[in-house]
Amino acid sequence: MKIVALVKHVPDAAADRTFNEADHTTDRTNVDGILSELDEYAVEAALKIAESGDAEVVALTMGPDAALDAVKRALQMGADSGAHVADDALHGSDAVATSAVLAAAIQKIGDVDLILTGMASTDGGMSVVPAMLAERLGLAHVGFVGELNVEAGSVRARRDADVTETVEAALPAIVSVTDQINEPRYPSFKGIMAAKKKPVETWSLADLGVDAGTVGLAAAWTTVETVTKRPERTQGEIVTDEGDGGAKLVEFLAGQKFV
Amino acid sequence: MPFELSAEHETFRKVVREFARAEIAPHAAQWDLDHHFPVGVVRAMGELGLFGLTAPEEYGGSGGDLTSLCVAIEEIGRVDQSLGITLEAAVGLGINPILNYGTDEQKQRWLPDLTAGRALAGFGLTEPGSGSDAGATSTRAVLDGDEWAIDGAKQFITNSGSDLTSCVTITARTGTTDAGEPEISAIIVPAGTPGFTVEPAYHKLGWHASDTHPLTFTGARVPADHLLGARGKGFAQFLATLDDGRIAIAALAVGCIQAMLEASVAYANERTAFGVPIGRKQGVAFQIADLHVMAESARLLTYRAASLRDAGAASAAVKQAASVAKLQATEFAVTSTRIATQVHGGYGFMEEYPVARFYRDAKILEIGEGTSEVQRLLIARGLGLPVE
Ligand SMILES: Cc1cc2nc3c(=O)[nH]c(=O)nc-3n(C[C@H](O)[C@H](O)[C@H](O)COP(=O)(O)OP(=O)(O)OC[C@H]3O[C@@H](n4cnc5c(N)ncnc54)[C@H](O)[C@@H]3O)c2cc1C
Repeated sequence: MKIVALVKHVPDAAADRTFNEADHTTDRTNVDGILSELDEYAVEAALKIAESGDAEVVALTMGPDAALDAVKRALQMGADSGAHVADDALHGSDAVATSAVLAAAIQKIGDVDLILTGMASTDGGMSVVPAMLAERLGLAHVGFVGELNVEAGSVRARRDADVTETVEAALPAIVSVTDQINEPRYPSFKGIMAAKKKPVETWSLADLGVDAGTVGLAAAWTTVETVTKRPERTQGEIVTDEGDGGAKLVEFLAGQKFV
Repeated sequence: MPFELSAEHETFRKVVREFARAEIAPHAAQWDLDHHFPVGVVRAMGELGLFGLTAPEEYGGSGGDLTSLCVAIEEIGRVDQSLGITLEAAVGLGINPILNYGTDEQKQRWLPDLTAGRALAGFGLTEPGSGSDAGATSTRAVLDGDEWAIDGAKQFITNSGSDLTSCVTITARTGTTDAGEPEISAIIVPAGTPGFTVEPAYHKLGWHASDTHPLTFTGARVPADHLLGARGKGFAQFLATLDDGRIAIAALAVGCIQAMLEASVAYANERTAFGVPIGRKQGVAFQIADLHVMAESARLLTYRAASLRDAGAASAAVKQAASVAKLQATEFAVTSTRIATQVHGGYGFMEEYPVARFYRDAKILEIGEGTSEVQRLLIARGLGLPVE
């Protein structure tokens, strides 16, 4: 069985994240990048399946040179090999273009049985790439999965959306997972040393046969026109309970239109 | 000699830092207050592979180097000195003697659980009447049939009475040499052996979340094959064991200094007095500059000693570098906690701020695994001085 885990390299959410002034794309140079935390759950889910059966795990990323770090982290956690799509023309790509490029990369990897992704990236947070990818590849898609079991030729998944339901899908399939599915492991020293020797392929758009004119900022279906800094957090309001605490709380919540 | 750690060591440092920030830092103050030994987190450190870092793969280890262990101890010690010493002692005093001197059978029996962090081993050298003068051991072991019968007491033994402790290696007099000197050997005593009593934990100044006990032996019997290494070689064995341990203790001190530096920089930028951040005052800023110098120099000495060891340098050179690093790093650590507490003013004396905990924790660094005086003695001897 071959599993592809999609791993996105994102700016560390714990740091001060900004946008590039020129084109309002995410600033990736002035902040530490990490493997999107939500994708760590996908990598862990893939490794768990691999450990309980016979499966190979490929970590796939698309992004600038630094994005290779996301693949490395997955390899350090235990993935077997990596693939990195890097091309200057990709700068500013939207979800539509991203899904086209990843679909081409998955086809190039070939014979993939299961594609695992996080439920969203921690930077863009759109949650659309998995479904778009499924559409492009003609595969079943199960999103927001909190529990996953692989059976012969299919997956059985607990989907935690508005309602919780158990869904079965024939393989090959795409499954996006939530942070409820597992507790991602930290890479061990052994894993870090072993990762040095694991194979990583680097592909350009030409390698994948994707037309550079269909990706990047110019081809994007959405544009970011302006960016404003989130206002500083204001001091909270402290309600002193003088017997009328409950009423005051309701008054506050109603004033903010919460109730 | 390179002055930078390898990319893999730096990646590993980031991972341990992430782990320490997420799993240890939020609870360190409470564990200290409760004198609580956090078994769950020790197990998690085991899953991360920290206890098995330097052991070979056949015993469940990672086959890593001393440098990687120093990185782990520094990063754990940066948020919690108690867990830093738990790791240092588990490897340096628990695993290493068995790994270096054990028979294949002893290694197979004890190491897999120890390297996985599922179990801990203690090393009992110090006694109520002998510490620095460890050769004066008075605990006795007599070979009676095919068993050792052990009588005596050990003092201040780390990781000796936790829920995870599987055994304690002790030194004991097993006879008299031809030259009339006491013959000292090392023996592995499994936890739970009748006659081996783990006394209640101490009330310590610091390292509250680390497990330390007095041990008593009254006719405790273990099979003859629990002898560790050659009979009569116990003294030489533990001296060799302590070299690596000194470098690792220096790494724990580096973590302490780094923590004091970071806490002081943050506080001096945020606390205002006389209308300006206190960091504007040279009297404060210069002390913090000194903290940075201490962190850098202690770190260099420590990782230089570790890299000598990893490169297989001559043992005299490693010994000297280990003592120099241990002496300087631990004395800087104590000084750094004094400075950081001073920078924090009255708040530094309050347990709400980690500096107060580090202030209490640091002092033992100058005492354990060879006091500062013992290090100076060793360094002077290394220089060829006839110091007694
Ligand atoms: C929290 C804690 C954990 C410990 N864990 C362990 C453990 O796991 N295993 C273990 O075996 N031990 C352990 N120890 C013991 C520790 O290693 C000893 O306390 C230390 O070696 C000093 O021995 P001592 O306490 O007997 O002091 P002493 O040896 O009595 O020293 C008292 C003073 O005299 C000085 N002195 C002694 N000899 C000389 C000399 N020749 N020249 C100059 N000055 C000298 C010393 O430097 C010191 O200042 C631990 C101690 C503590 C406090």
